Amino acid sequence: MPESIRLTLAIAAKDIRAELRSRTALLSAVVFAALVLVIFNFARDPTALAAVDLAPSVLWVTFALAAMVALNRAFTIERENGALDGLLLAPVPRGALFLGKLLANLAFVGTVEAVTLPLFVLFFNVDLGRALPGIVGVTALATTGFVAVGTIFSAMAVRTRFAELMLPVLLLPFMVPPLIGAVQVTARLLDGRPLSEMLGWLRLLALYDIVFVTLCTLAFAAVMDE
Amino acid sequence: MTPADSARALVRRGAAVTVVALLALAGVYVLALAYTPVEARQGLAQKIFYLHVPAAWSALLAFSLVGICGGLYLWLNDRRLDRFAASSAEVGVAFGVVMLTTGPIWAKPIWGTWWTWDARLTLTLFLFFLFVGYLALRASLHDPSERARFSAVVGVLGLLLVPFIHLSVYLFRTLHPQPVVLKPSAPSLPPEMLRTLLVSALVFLVLFAGLVTIRYGLALLEEEREGGFDAA
Repeated sequence: MPESIRLTLAIAAKDIRAELRSRTALLSAVVFAALVLVIFNFARDPTALAAVDLAPSVLWVTFALAAMVALNRAFTIERENGALDGLLLAPVPRGALFLGKLLANLAFVGTVEAVTLPLFVLFFNVDLGRALPGIVGVTALATTGFVAVGTIFSAMAVRTRFAELMLPVLLLPFMVPPLIGAVQVTARLLDGRPLSEMLGWLRLLALYDIVFVTLCTLAFAAVMDE
Repeated sequence: MTPADSARALVRRGAAVTVVALLALAGVYVLALAYTPVEARQGLAQKIFYLHVPAAWSALLAFSLVGICGGLYLWLNDRRLDRFAASSAEVGVAFGVVMLTTGPIWAKPIWGTWWTWDARLTLTLFLFFLFVGYLALRASLHDPSERARFSAVVGVLGLLLVPFIHLSVYLFRTLHPQPVVLKPSAPSLPPEMLRTLLVSALVFLVLFAGLVTIRYGLALLEEEREGGFDAA
């Protein structure tokens, strides 16, 4: 296994292990996502709008908010006890460090999404049926893109005075393309539409992932340089 | 001449250019009201066009310059690029405010609504938010070198985000057309209107140069306060 891949996985494993030991952040993020779903249920007029018409938007706004909460955590944990300095002193290329952090964040956000989806089915009485593999796929595609941008922004945000506020302000504009695409594809999947109707959106999501994962990996050195 | 003196001279020069540009802008409105024909269907409401469109163009120019300077900064590490990007972002946000206030004022009598989720409106709105975030990030960082690097990264990522927002909003609109999408008519302008528009665009360019020069000079003075010009 090439050295850079081994280092990337080591960084990711470190973060995942730390998370599994405490589980507080993961639990809070899951509870947060569930609460957002509950609030959405009361924020709509059930006589005016069927739950299923609103379902794709509700699902993705919940995912986006939960990801934001999760991403805030990514670098704040490194601030304690000078952990970040230790990481930077370690002989790890900045690109591998970024990809490791990205993988750990994806695991974290992915877990929250995996718990939120059944809750969403439960609360909104949505029949996933054959749409499930498609929804898992589009979730992976859309999440990768905005978590990549979110990872680099959370590394910046922890250095600012209002980290918890700075991350959403910077990240939300970048969430627009993946979110629009994901909502459109999810709505068509739930409707049982053919793949050809989603292809344009899927291409856009894939392109977004390629462009921003590459760019953020390259730009990470500029964020971490001392 | 000390660096602070030359920075102050820069601010004064920028202020002079800005005053000239503002006077010229008043001239543009004389031209627009007295020497440019009244649009047949929109009447006098269309006169805001000569303010709205050049402001939008200048804002977009400013934002592109932020992205380009950010990319160049990451490559060349030249403080001047960072100062210019910061100045351009601030002036761009100011022009963005002009664009976003004149737009709804024009839209209300003509389209019958203050706002519509048209592709171009949505794109410029998100760009505006992005650069407000850019300025907020700058304001919340103390270390000049860190501030320069972070904002350069945001600038570059922002420049690359533009085609994605445009494409996604465009796809969204074309697949889900609104019941009424009113668009300003006249794909080609009569020559007199085009002339006034281009004069106004030129004036805005001068105004942009003046304001950026002021802001650049102020950035120099600020840096001197922070601890010398060669802190990086």
